[in-house]
Amino acid sequence: MDNYLQEYFPILVFLGIALSIAGAIVLGSLIIVPQKPDIEKNSSYECGFEAFDNARNKFDVRFYLVAILFIIFDLEVAFLFPWAISLGEIGVFGFWSMIIFLIVLTIGFIYEWRQGALEWE
Amino acid sequence: MILEALAFYVFSGILVIASLLVISARNPVHSVLYLILAFFNAAGLFVLLGAEFLAMILVIVYVGAVAVLFMFVVMMLDIGPTELQQGFLHYLPTGGLIGIILLIELLIILGGWHFSPELAKTVGAPIPPLTKETNTHAIGAVLYTRYIYLFQSAGIILLISMVGAIVLTHRRRQDVRTQKISSQVNRHPRKTVELQNVEIDKGI
Repeated sequence: MDNYLQEYFPILVFLGIALSIAGAIVLGSLIIVPQKPDIEKNSSYECGFEAFDNARNKFDVRFYLVAILFIIFDLEVAFLFPWAISLGEIGVFGFWSMIIFLIVLTIGFIYEWRQGALEWE
Repeated sequence: MILEALAFYVFSGILVIASLLVISARNPVHSVLYLILAFFNAAGLFVLLGAEFLAMILVIVYVGAVAVLFMFVVMMLDIGPTELQQGFLHYLPTGGLIGIILLIELLIILGGWHFSPELAKTVGAPIPPLTKETNTHAIGAVLYTRYIYLFQSAGIILLISMVGAIVLTHRRRQDVRTQKISSQVNRHPRKTVELQNVEIDKGI
C-alpha cells in the first residue's frame, strides 16, 4: 500500500505546484496591481464592440445526440482496459465474452450509421 | 503516512465544499464547474483507497463526458440566474421536510450498519493485495468470466440507450440536399459524357 502511494507522490507534487502557481497569480494580481475601477473598465469587452446577446441561447438538440453517442463509446472503451491487461488469465472464454459485447455495440453502431445520426447535413 | 492523512483531508475537504457550492451557486454553469472539481477530488480519494481504475474511469467518463452533458443540459434549459431564485421560499417547507426525513433515514441506516466478522471468508471475490496485482488486473480477472451475465447486460443497456437517443432526437430533415458520395463515385463516364462529331458550320 505504501509502495503504491509512493508512485503517486510525483502527481501530488505536481498538483501542489499547479495550485500554488495558480493561487500566486490570482492573489498577486489582486495585491500588487493598483485597483482603480471605473464604468468603462468594468463594462464587458468583446473585440471592441458591445456584447450582442446573452451567451445562453438554445441550440440544436443534435449536439446532445453526438455527446450521448460519445459517452456510450467512451464507456465501451473503458470496458476494454481491464480486459486487455488480464487477457492471459481469462482465456478463450473471456476473449469471446468481450467479442460478443463488442458485436452487440457494433449492431448499435451500424444502426446509427444507417439512420444517418453521424451525418451533419 | 502523515502525507496520506493530509492528502485525505485536503481532498475530502475540497470535495465537501465543492458539493455544497454545486447546490448553492447562483449560476448553473458555475454549479457544473464545481461538480467537475468534486469529481476530481473524489478521484483523488479513490486513489488513496487503492482503487486506481475507478479513479481514472471517474476522470475519463464523468469529467470528460458526463460533465459535458450536464453543461449541454444547463445551456439547453435556458435558465437565467434570476429565474432559479424565484419560488425558493414557496418550496422551502416541503423540500426541507423531505430533506430532513431523508437525513434521519440515512442516520438510522448508517448507525445500525456494521460488517459481519465472517465477511472476509464469505465474500465472493476477495480483493487481492495491491502488492500482488493491480486493481485493474483484479477487475479484469472476474468481470468477463465470472460476471459475464452482468457484463453482457451492461452491453445490452448501452445498446438500448444508443438506439433510444437516436429514436428520440434524430430526425431526417427533408429540405436539405445531402451529398451522396456512393452515387458520385458510381457515375460512369460513358453515361454522363457524350462525344459529338460536329460538322463545320452546323449546330447539333
